Amino acid sequence: MSTVDENKEGIRGMANPTRYGIERLAYWLMRLSGLGLLAYFVAHIYETSMILKGKVGWDEFLVMTQTTEGHVILALVIGMSVFHTVNGIRVMLGQGGVGVGKPGRADYPYISKSQNYRHKITIYSAIVLAAIAMMYGLAVMFGE
Amino acid sequence: MRESHIMKIHYGTALAAIAFVAIHILMRMTQNFAESLEYESVIANYQYLPYAGMLEIILILLAIHGFNGLRTILIELKQGRMYEKAVSYGCVAAMVAVIAYGSRTIFMTSMGIV
Amino acid sequence: MAQIPTLAEEKTNSLASPAKTITLRIPKFNPATDSKKTWIDFQIPCQKWTTVLDAILEAKNYLDHSIAVRYSCRQATCGSCGMIINGRPKLACFTKISELDSDTVKVEPMNNFPIIRDLAVSFDRMFKTHKSIKPFVISEDSEITGKTIPLLQTPEEVDKYIQFANCIKCGLCNSVCPTMATDSSFVGPQALAQAYRYIADNRDKGKDDRLKIIDDSHGIWRCHFAGSCSQVCPKGVDPAMGIQLLRGYLLGFRS
Repeated sequence: MSTVDENKEGIRGMANPTRYGIERLAYWLMRLSGLGLLAYFVAHIYETSMILKGKVGWDEFLVMTQTTEGHVILALVIGMSVFHTVNGIRVMLGQGGVGVGKPGRADYPYISKSQNYRHKITIYSAIVLAAIAMMYGLAVMFGE
Repeated sequence: MRESHIMKIHYGTALAAIAFVAIHILMRMTQNFAESLEYESVIANYQYLPYAGMLEIILILLAIHGFNGLRTILIELKQGRMYEKAVSYGCVAAMVAVIAYGSRTIFMTSMGIV
Repeated sequence: MAQIPTLAEEKTNSLASPAKTITLRIPKFNPATDSKKTWIDFQIPCQKWTTVLDAILEAKNYLDHSIAVRYSCRQATCGSCGMIINGRPKLACFTKISELDSDTVKVEPMNNFPIIRDLAVSFDRMFKTHKSIKPFVISEDSEITGKTIPLLQTPEEVDKYIQFANCIKCGLCNSVCPTMATDSSFVGPQALAQAYRYIADNRDKGKDDRLKIIDDSHGIWRCHFAGSCSQVCPKGVDPAMGIQLLRGYLLGFRS
């Protein structure tokens, strides 16, 4: 049986956040932050299980995580959580049909109603809030 | 399970997790950052049963949401009946494993078996 | 005596656009015989109004007769000439070279469609997914049994679905969709938007049938609202809107 090359763009196409507006970037950041948060979640479950090794085991593990690299990673996790949450709420509402506009007769130049300022502002807000949260987290962690 | 049911669970766990994780973070912020990570503080938190219960709920919600998200990404990357079954069951197994491992920590610590 | 009409004297029109030459880059690729694409550059003269399709046909007519390209109406109605132009899926007949702001125009066959040859791609899969969502009004009243009944609609009822009926099946949305980039089984934004078109049509009684079809692991739930389909749609169909409104039915936001 011959297989037809479907000429798919592949991961490069799926993971390309450019060329199609902020919504495509938000899709890409959502995937990235989701995978990052899942990795952190699994690591966090492992990290917190060190409490079962008693005070010595716990303190030994803290020495590994309470480092500059550890703080930077945690700051990134804070940023990813905030972005994933805010953008996730936007996506959930959008996927329920909220804020995507009302159907009507399309006229030239055929501007899409679903790619409207509400969604764009929410995406930019998610990015800004994530940055602010990261800065706050870094201030708390490095400020002590 | 129908995909619409899986996705309703995905959205439901997300919304519930937002609330509980927010409480979890706020609880950490009731103390100084370094102080909140001290062994005695952490033990005290686990032994406060409502908080331990909340951690268990967060564990379950995030495991379901996270591994379902991973399943979604993986089945979009490659298709095929065997592959998709393997991904689905693999993600469920990983979910159960993480929940079991995390629950062990919560139960043992909250019951003082450390 | 009647005046004999004469042709107007040809004068230099200061408003005529000066001709310039652009480089049109076309990939030559026959999957049956070639292992990779060969890029060929053509120097094509163009005016302010020259479209990408005009340039391709200029190259085909005078420089390389073997260029395979699909086109028909030349007025963005048939959906035949979809291709990637300078990195973005567009209709070649609807894209003027002057609006590309580049002296090099690189055209490629649409992504996520098997290549037949050069710029021509196969639409079999898209037509198959389109057919799978039952793209026709399902209504007992439509059966002609003696007395035919007109299925009347108010302008408001028509407005609910008419923009989705503008779909010309050009495939640009499927080409740009990030899910279709990796998922061979995904139904695609074109089929999903058409599913909404029929569900939103008050003459149609097939809502439950169609919702069952798209409620699948490679159905509507693999759309993540990236919105790229709506960004490239040349007819204002806004498939992203249709898909999210459709999902509202499955999530219980709409009944």
